[in-house]
Amino acid sequence: MASPVNLPLSKIEGFILGIVGLASFLGLWFVISASGLVPRQFLPTPLDVVARTFHLLTEPFAGATLPMHLAKSLERYTYGFLLAAAVGVPLGMAMGWFRWLDDIVTPIFDGLRFIAPIAWVPFAALWFGTGIGGPIMIIFSGAFPPCLISAYRGARYVDGKYIEAAQMLGTSNLRTIVDVLLPASFPSIVAGLRVGAGLGWQSLVGAELIVASAGVGYMMVQGQSNVSTPTVVAGMIAIGLVGLLIDVALRQMEAFVRRRRGLA
Amino acid sequence: MRISRRLVLGAATVSVLLIAWALLTMVTDTISTGRFPSPLQFWQSAKQILTVGYADGTLIQHALHSLKLVIMGFLVAIAVGVPLGLLMGWSRRAEALINPVFLLIRPIPPLAWIPLAILWLGLGDAAKIMVIFFAAFVPSVINTFTGVRTIEPHIIEAARMLGTGRWRFVREVLVPAAAPMIFTGLRLSLQASWTTLVAAELVGALAGLGRVLNMAQQDIYPAMVMVGMAAVGVLGWGTTRLLAEVERRTMPWLTP
Repeated sequence: MASPVNLPLSKIEGFILGIVGLASFLGLWFVISASGLVPRQFLPTPLDVVARTFHLLTEPFAGATLPMHLAKSLERYTYGFLLAAAVGVPLGMAMGWFRWLDDIVTPIFDGLRFIAPIAWVPFAALWFGTGIGGPIMIIFSGAFPPCLISAYRGARYVDGKYIEAAQMLGTSNLRTIVDVLLPASFPSIVAGLRVGAGLGWQSLVGAELIVASAGVGYMMVQGQSNVSTPTVVAGMIAIGLVGLLIDVALRQMEAFVRRRRGLA
Repeated sequence: MRISRRLVLGAATVSVLLIAWALLTMVTDTISTGRFPSPLQFWQSAKQILTVGYADGTLIQHALHSLKLVIMGFLVAIAVGVPLGLLMGWSRRAEALINPVFLLIRPIPPLAWIPLAILWLGLGDAAKIMVIFFAAFVPSVINTFTGVRTIEPHIIEAARMLGTGRWRFVREVLVPAAAPMIFTGLRLSLQASWTTLVAAELVGALAGLGRVLNMAQQDIYPAMVMVGMAAVGVLGWGTTRLLAEVERRTMPWLTP
């Protein structure tokens, strides 16, 4: 309580403390599993997990190697996310511009909003099967709401003077949307895409755990039923890493867009 | 005028959809009821699960089971997450120590803990609570942390200058000033809890709404799937409303 609250630490002190924190976490993990306090089958040591991850890079498990599973997951993810963006952004923009569309879509959207994306799994499996269609629908239902909402907000809260200027010049509805609303709400749209990308990736994991026949989530479920804990943890790491990469890429894009518009 | 127009158009949309649903499934048979249930089937399934029961329980039993798990997991997570966020926000040392570990765990989606939870704890309630814990923990820590860090310095300086004691400072300055962000975190945590629970129950469970959905999927019983989804939506809505009410009463100074 002696030092003031918000005084930053020196770089070295922060670095050392970080290392200490990480080391004690990994050390505790290692000691608990290596000492046999918890059976090693259920809590593999960090080294076991690393070894298993490298093993999975070349050796197939549940029908494919880890990179192949990842490729399968990413393929589904790309389709689902692009579909969500391709439907959500234009619809959101249109809802922001046409009041009647807003009044019609909003009650439906509000009614469906509280159903967790994962709860669509049974219908997704029934309608589109478990191969690629079902998971795509789940990713779509995860990524769609943020895409729609951010495009809607972006278009709805555009500075009125731009719209007035465009209308005074007799610009058509379509041109107003494309040439005025779209550029003005671009930052909001990109931010929404980033949120949607994250939620879509989470939904993908859920979909693959439940209905898929390939992909990282499927690999983890197989690892679970074979009591191969290192495989499960390796899958968690792979999912975390890819999710992080997607987020970093979109964050860069967002920062780039904001810089270009002089918002940063 | 505005509101009434909105209300009218909204009500009209919903009724048109309901009528179209009934017509397409029951009169013209354009949509096969093997894939999408008719309103009548939906009603019959709802009656069946409410009175006779489905998947070893009535709807109320399943819903209460799910609700109980969400609340337990959520409470455990925020009981750990909020104090941890306060600590990390308050002390730069604690932040430097804990943050790297936190950064390691944070990118893992909550749903990815499900297989590990089942492996460790089986299909019962303990595994669900573990998964919900991880889902609700992360948002509550991050938002509490941000809430403390964005407190205006002069508030803290004023409290210090007056020689406020440690506990009084936490209770009367730190927590109230960070409260709006803390509640944002709780809302996100609660949503994540619901989603994760439904997923965990779909992967494997002995009771709960996810189990109803899972059984209905296996029995190829679309009407029951729809009843399950409706129940998930209603409960999600209800808990969100409840939390908003708690928020309103806890922070009366924010409501106009």
